[in-house]
Amino acid sequence: MTSTLTISALTKHFGELVALTGVSLSVAPGERVALLGHNGAGKSTLMKIILGLIPATGGQITICDAAPGSVAARRAVAYLPENVAFHPSLTGEEQTRHYLTLRGESPGLAMGLLERVGLAHAARRRIGTYSKGMRQRVGLAQALIGQPRLLVLDEPTSGLDPVSRREFYALLDDLAAQGASILLSSHALTEVEARTDRIVILSQGRLVAEGSLADLRRRASLPVMLHITARNGFANAIAQELPAAIMVDGALHLSCTQPEKLKTLGRIAGLGDMVADLDVLPPSLEDIYSHFSQGGAR
Amino acid sequence: MNRILSTAGTEFRIALRNRWVAIALVLMAVFSVVLALAGSAPTGGLGVDRLSVTVASLTSLSVYLIPLLALLMSFDAIAGEAERGTLPLLLAYPIAREEVLIGKLMAHLAILALAVLLGHGLAAGMAIWGDETALAGLPALWRLSWSSVLLGATFLGAGYALSALSRRPSGAAGLAVGLWLGLVVLYDLALLAAIVADNGGWFTTKAFPVALLVNPADAFRLFNLTASGATAAASGVGSAADAIPLWQSLSSILLWPLAALGLAAAAFRKVTP
Ligand SMILES: Nc1ncnc2c1ncn2[C@@H]1O[C@H](COP(=O)(O)OP(=O)(O)O)[C@@H](O)[C@H]1O
Ligand SMILES: [Mg+2]
Repeated sequence: MTSTLTISALTKHFGELVALTGVSLSVAPGERVALLGHNGAGKSTLMKIILGLIPATGGQITICDAAPGSVAARRAVAYLPENVAFHPSLTGEEQTRHYLTLRGESPGLAMGLLERVGLAHAARRRIGTYSKGMRQRVGLAQALIGQPRLLVLDEPTSGLDPVSRREFYALLDDLAAQGASILLSSHALTEVEARTDRIVILSQGRLVAEGSLADLRRRASLPVMLHITARNGFANAIAQELPAAIMVDGALHLSCTQPEKLKTLGRIAGLGDMVADLDVLPPSLEDIYSHFSQGGAR
Repeated sequence: MNRILSTAGTEFRIALRNRWVAIALVLMAVFSVVLALAGSAPTGGLGVDRLSVTVASLTSLSVYLIPLLALLMSFDAIAGEAERGTLPLLLAYPIAREEVLIGKLMAHLAILALAVLLGHGLAAGMAIWGDETALAGLPALWRLSWSSVLLGATFLGAGYALSALSRRPSGAAGLAVGLWLGLVVLYDLALLAAIVADNGGWFTTKAFPVALLVNPADAFRLFNLTASGATAAASGVGSAADAIPLWQSLSSILLWPLAALGLAAAAFRKVTP
């Protein structure tokens, strides 16, 4: 399968500072890849290099068989910068019409685009009067122009409320279903969980882990948390049966490793009526992420 | 081409909303009317019509005003985009940097041209209304109009270059004011001082004409005064420049816009967002 984006051994130095070291990555058509990392991990730098906005120090990149920043690559790639900004004196519609023309599309499509991102009601107002979330939607609208083969979205959901985030990921699903590749970055982790095909963790400029959420979860093999609520008066009895459990706000919290999970659940089931309720909490993406990030830092 | 036109349209709209269009039009109109009124007083029996007198004073004014307006409109062009954070997205679009510059230039030049046409139109109207022989001054006024637009293009290009070099609007504004002071004010003072000190020697005969031609503002003044045969009547630097043929000052005012835009393009190419 030919990939839309191929990065190999990419390195970027800003003078003394090493922002990216030996990053290799490829994104297939229709694939959604989330780039995770702390602030300063190098996510935005990687994206700017993909777009040809800044030159790499070493390594190779091809985007749809073209070099970053070439006209062919710029035609194929849509970009949403971090904290996207527009001229405050223009209206959302005027700005979108201009971007449409720059991509050789009909400016008449502007209203339809703004409708898709839920901004039609404010299209004739100046962007200077918009909230951050509304500016972000203008940014999304312009990223949908034409049929981009690759969307590079730098923290696209920052400034969006939870409902808008869901709508946004629904938009991405449509695009991916039509064959567009999506590379998005985030440091807000839970939202990406369900929505991307692959997660790439960047830590201090190095790619420290890559795979589906299930892959990463398995490889990290972090402990599972079990929260047990005892029936009235039985808390101490349960605590005696499960010496590893600790009491937190009247509930028992028990941490167990992946291989022991089923055995432990069996023992809890054996406690019968003493247990009122049981919650199984798999390691959160945040846990997985800090597990791999620390691995990269070592 | 659509990309350039759309850029020009967008820039024009922004300038309209930021009042730059209004400021340019009002300034040119007010100054032109004032000079036309002043020119209407004492024509005497010199055989010089009212409009020609007005053109001479408009020329002196334009040397200061056109570069100033052009620099004020252009210093923010690239540094402003960099500061607002709109540059990375723009440069990710399939538009060449030269196309961005040409689009901005078209919008800013259109504003300058409108201001010049309005001001000169008012001046011509007032002169001809009071004195029919003033029609004789129309060719000189027309020459002043198009050469003003060329002078504007030169300083717009210079403003874009400074904007790209400094990358911050405040820095670009400082550089623009410095350039204006240097080329339009201090340059002539320095030349005058040198001529006085030189007392008709090598500098006055050889270096001085070249010095006038390489400064776009001086070349503009020289061109308009030479063309209307008014160098003798003009005071200051202009009077010392009878000897320079018209084609030389014309070449200077034609070449400078291209050179300034070339500089702007080279500086913009070096900007990394
Ligand atoms: N233009 C630049 N000059 C110098 N250092 C930079 C520049 N851009 C980014 N950096 C540095 O590179 C590192 C990665 O930054 P960035 O890619 O913005 O991280 P992220 O987007 O993951 O938060 C940071 O240490 C940052 O300070
Ligand atoms: Mg970033």
